Amino acid sequence: MALLEINNLGIQFGGLRAVDDFKLTIEKGELYGLIGPNGAGKTTVFNLLTGEYKPNEGVIKLDGQDITGKRPIDINRAGIARTFQNIRLFKKLTVLDNVKVGLHNQYHYSTAVSILRLPKYYQVEKAMNERAMELLKVFGLDTDADKILASNLPYGQQRKLEIARALATNPKLLLLDEPAAGMNPNETQELMDTIKYIQKHFDMTILLIEHDMKLVSGICEKLTVLNFGRILTQGDTKTVLANPEVIKAYLGDD
Amino acid sequence: MKQKFSMMDATSRDDFKTYGGLILVFILVSILSVAGMLNSQMKGLLVPLCVYAIMAISLNLVVGILGELSIGHAGFMCVGAFASAFFSKVTVGSMPDLLRFIIAIIIGGIVAGIFGFLIGIPVLRLRGDYLAIVTLAFGEIIKNIINVLYVGRDANGFHFSITSANDLGMDLTTGEIIINGPQGITGTPKDSTFAIAFIVLMIALIVVLNLIHSRDGRAIMSVRDNAIAAESVGINITKYKLIAFTISAVIAGFAGALYAHNLATLIATPARFGYNMSIMFLVFVVLGGIGSTRGSIIAAVVLTLIPEVLRFMANYRMLIYSIVLIVIMLINWSPSVKGWLDKHVYSNIPFLSKIRAKEGN
Repeated sequence: MALLEINNLGIQFGGLRAVDDFKLTIEKGELYGLIGPNGAGKTTVFNLLTGEYKPNEGVIKLDGQDITGKRPIDINRAGIARTFQNIRLFKKLTVLDNVKVGLHNQYHYSTAVSILRLPKYYQVEKAMNERAMELLKVFGLDTDADKILASNLPYGQQRKLEIARALATNPKLLLLDEPAAGMNPNETQELMDTIKYIQKHFDMTILLIEHDMKLVSGICEKLTVLNFGRILTQGDTKTVLANPEVIKAYLGDD
Repeated sequence: MKQKFSMMDATSRDDFKTYGGLILVFILVSILSVAGMLNSQMKGLLVPLCVYAIMAISLNLVVGILGELSIGHAGFMCVGAFASAFFSKVTVGSMPDLLRFIIAIIIGGIVAGIFGFLIGIPVLRLRGDYLAIVTLAFGEIIKNIINVLYVGRDANGFHFSITSANDLGMDLTTGEIIINGPQGITGTPKDSTFAIAFIVLMIALIVVLNLIHSRDGRAIMSVRDNAIAAESVGINITKYKLIAFTISAVIAGFAGALYAHNLATLIATPARFGYNMSIMFLVFVVLGGIGSTRGSIIAAVVLTLIPEVLRFMANYRMLIYSIVLIVIMLINWSPSVKGWLDKHVYSNIPFLSKIRAKEGN
């Protein structure tokens, strides 16, 4: 059974069909790319997947479970985590605390325990710190993680921190919205390695939106191309990128 | 792995500095008071100072930590004040004074908390400045309701009215009017002492600081920093907004109870529980550096003391007060003044520079 199955997904904003008849099947462990020109509806698909928008039609199934139209927090709990095109970190929290917010639903103690500082508080906090530092180490963000505020990180590291925070929620499917946006070629190369590493190390299924063709062709195993809210083509990366329709959609006629 | 423990130590050490500093001030003031070095005017200010400091802590939780605007916090204080004073009036003499006062404070907190919770349920679901509007209205409405509320008790039990004392239909030979509309509650036992007020202040402080440095506190601050991202990692936004707002209301209720038991007559006047009071609390929080609990307390104390200390120059005191406000605002918010201070003042004083480095950014 596929990890993610989307069928006939559609949403309409007023008279505009932003996404129409969208289909997607992702197997467990795949690294899947969603590409298309600006305004094609890629981020809208992400917002539909994560519950930010409610679809007008269609079904989204994660691991066989119907998650169509559920609230973002329920979808996260069901196993989808995401990053954002325009970075959304908790700016005034430390790097460590950002990841610990991601761990929120896996480590529990009550409000009373925190106010009274019962032993359980120290136990759970210790476990959370260890887990968070483990994740941060993967991204090389563990130095002074408890002192640096998220807003003070350089841009590239902020993107990585966002991925670390998403992974902290222990997802089955990770959605990356333009992870390489604003990065220079070196940073992009490093990011590609990191994404590959996440796929292997965490046995993670990843769906990403990207404009950087070097990244897409370098790491994505399969692609779906969107244009004007509809699927242009989907399949193996090589086949898709060789498709003249795709080139036309990106570069225009003639 | 060593770093993370030092981190936990650092935050708790910082908290304990705040606790220690406050206890030191308390001991100092107590000694001065016993030694007779405080005039009666200053002595009379001690409980209100604690009350305002508690209100600053309470409002800082909503404005600084949760990132929502409440401009009717005096309303919660008002509810707590009347609920606790009512309880004390009804039960006075039936149990030891201290026990009754403790229960009264708790009741003040609970009733204010219930109001906070009920207001929060619909309003905190929304995104935007709705809380500011609704709390503003709440603060004004609650005052007006209490001003037309008549409650009395006689041999037959309680009587309520919202028209006049005569409509209570009471037997005044066996009972008395407890809440008398615009005349409020008279004769609340004067239980508030500096020591008790200080203990409540410390409790409020410990509760808030412990909350901030916990799983719940992180969730609350994540909602403040980015609600959409918080949702995307599975944080129930409404729940944590409600937790923060309700705890804040409970603490405001405590402050109200202390306030009520420091007055001979408790009346819901605009001067005591009105819009201006709410704004004053907001000024404490903003000038204390939004989000800084310690700063809020300091601002509350300084800004309450200044007009009183300057009473001898009656005509100029509000002028000086306003200048102080502007100066604090500049120190807190202007990058150039901050930079100048860092360069020329803080760097020369090791103790201060350490604090600056910690508060930094």
